[in-house]
Amino acid sequence: MHSIPGRRLILGLFLVFLLLPIYWLVNMSFKTNNEIVTSMTLWPHDPTIANYALIFTERSWYSGYINSLKYVVLNTVISISVALPAAYAFSRYRFLGDKHLFFWLLSNRMAPAAVYALPFFNLYSAIGLFDTPWAVALAHCIFNVPLAVWILEGFVSGVPREIDETAFLDGYSFPRFFAKILVPLIASGIGVAAFFCFMFSWVELLLARTLTSVDAKPISAVMTRTVSAAGMDWGLLAAAGVLTIIPGALVIWFVRNYIARGFALGRV
Amino acid sequence: MDKTVNQKAWLLVLPVFLVVAFSAVLPLMTVVNYSMQDTFGNNQFFWNGVAWFKELLDPSTDLGGRFLASLGRNLLFSAVILAIEVPLGIVVALSMPRQGWSVAACLVILALPLLIPWNVVGTIWQIFGRPDIGLLGYVLHALGLNYNYVSNDLDAWATVIVMDVWHWTSLVALLCYAGLKSIPDAYYQAAQIDGASRWAVFTAIQLPKMNRVLLIAVLLRFMDSFMIYTEPFVVTGGGPGNSTTFVSIELVKIALGQFDLGKAAALSLVYNLIIIIVCWVFYTVMTNAGVERRVKKGVA
Repeated sequence: MHSIPGRRLILGLFLVFLLLPIYWLVNMSFKTNNEIVTSMTLWPHDPTIANYALIFTERSWYSGYINSLKYVVLNTVISISVALPAAYAFSRYRFLGDKHLFFWLLSNRMAPAAVYALPFFNLYSAIGLFDTPWAVALAHCIFNVPLAVWILEGFVSGVPREIDETAFLDGYSFPRFFAKILVPLIASGIGVAAFFCFMFSWVELLLARTLTSVDAKPISAVMTRTVSAAGMDWGLLAAAGVLTIIPGALVIWFVRNYIARGFALGRV
Repeated sequence: MDKTVNQKAWLLVLPVFLVVAFSAVLPLMTVVNYSMQDTFGNNQFFWNGVAWFKELLDPSTDLGGRFLASLGRNLLFSAVILAIEVPLGIVVALSMPRQGWSVAACLVILALPLLIPWNVVGTIWQIFGRPDIGLLGYVLHALGLNYNYVSNDLDAWATVIVMDVWHWTSLVALLCYAGLKSIPDAYYQAAQIDGASRWAVFTAIQLPKMNRVLLIAVLLRFMDSFMIYTEPFVVTGGGPGNSTTFVSIELVKIALGQFDLGKAAALSLVYNLIIIIVCWVFYTVMTNAGVERRVKKGVA
C-alpha cells in the first residue's frame, strides 16, 4: 500500500486523540474524590482501588453488569440462531419478495431507537416481560437480527455452491449439512456476526433503560446513581465507566482482522 | 453464480421474519394508532384524524416549530460530522502501517471508541471537557479561552461534534482501510512504471477502489448521526436552552417526558419515513453498484 508523507505523525496524533480521553477516565478511576476535585494531576498521586472495590462488593453495582451481560448474551444467541438459516436462504435462493424482505430488514437496522421506546414499553408490559432480560434481548433484535443476516449472507456467499451440491449428493440431509459442513466453514463469519451483535447490544442504552426498572437494570442505568445529594461521585463513575470498556476491549482482540469487513456488513 | 428459484427458502427466512415482525411491526402499528388519536388521560382516546401531522409540519405551532428546529439542527450536525469524519477517516486509513505487529495494535486502538457504551462515551467527554476536573477544559482555560459547554451554545456544539469525531471517525477509517487492502500490488507497480504522482495514485487507483466502502461509511454515519440520542443527552442534556436538542431527544422529551402520545407518534412516523427514504436510496445505489461490478466482470 502506498503511504502518504508524514503518515507516522498523522496516525500518531490521531491515536493520541483517541486514547487521551480514555486515559483520563482510567486516571480518574484510581483517584480519591478529594484528589479529583482539589487538584489537577496527570496521574494519581495517591492511587486507590476503593472505587473498584465498592463496585465489586456492592450488589446493586455488580448486578448491573450481570444484568447487562444476561441480555447481551441472550440477544446474541437469538440473533445468530435465527439469522443463520435466513442468511443461507438469501445467499443461495431466489424467492417471492426476497429483495423487499432484505430491504425491510435493512430499514429496521436503521430505525431510530427513540421511535420504538414507548411502543416497546407498552408491548412488553402487556405480555409481562417488562423488567426482564428477555424484554431487552428481544427489543435489541430489531437492529441486531438484520445486521447478523447481512454479515452472515456475505460470508455464506463466499462458500462455493459446489460444496452444497457435493454434500447433498453424498446423502447429507439439510439439517446435517448445515450443522456438519456449512457452520464449520463459516465459523469465522459467525464469530464476527456474534461480535457485532454483542457490541451493538452492549453499547445501546435508550431501549435497555426504558424496558427495565429494578430487577433487570443494566449497568449503564445504574451508573446514573453516582449523582447524589453530596454531589457527583466522580471516581466511582469513572471506575464504572472503565469496567464497561473492558469487555469490548477483550473481544476485539479476537476479531481484529475482521472488524472492517463486519462494519461493511460483510460486503468489502 | 445464478441463484435458483426456490419458494421453500421462505421456511428458512421465517424465524427472522417472525422475530423482526414482532419487534418492528407490532410496535409500529401502536404508533400509527396513537398518531390518529388524542387522549385526556384515563386511557380514554378520541379520534383525531391527521391533525397531529398538520400541526407537525406547520412551523407556526409549538409542535411544528420544535420538530422543524430540531430537524434543522440534526441535518446541520450530520453535515458537519460527515464533512470532518470522511476526509479524516480517509487520511487515517492512508496512514496505516503496512505490516507487522503495529497493524494489529492500530486496528485495536482504532476500534476501541466504537465499543464503549454510548452513555459512557457521553460521560467520558462530560468529564474531559469540564474546566475543574477535565484535562481538555483545564488546558483550554489555561490557554485563556472561556470554554464552557454547559452555558455557551457554540462550545456545546463544538464538544458534541468533537465527541462524535472521536467516537466514529474510526469506523470510516476501518472501512477505508479494508477497501485499500483489497487493491492488488500490481496496480501500484504499474503506477510506478508510468511515473504517476502520489496524487494521481490516490485519485486514479485508491479513491475508485474505496468507492463502495465509502458509500457504506457515509450512509452508516448519516443514519447514526441522524438518530443520535444518548451521547449529546449525557453531555449537554439537549442544552444550553434547546441548542443541541436533536430529533431523537425532542421525540423522547415529548413521548416519555410529557406523555403526549399522539404528537410523539406523529413525529415518530415522519421521522421513520425520512429514514426509510434515505435507506431506500442507499439500497438502490448499493445494489446497482453490485450489478455494475458483475457486468464489468462479464465483459472482462
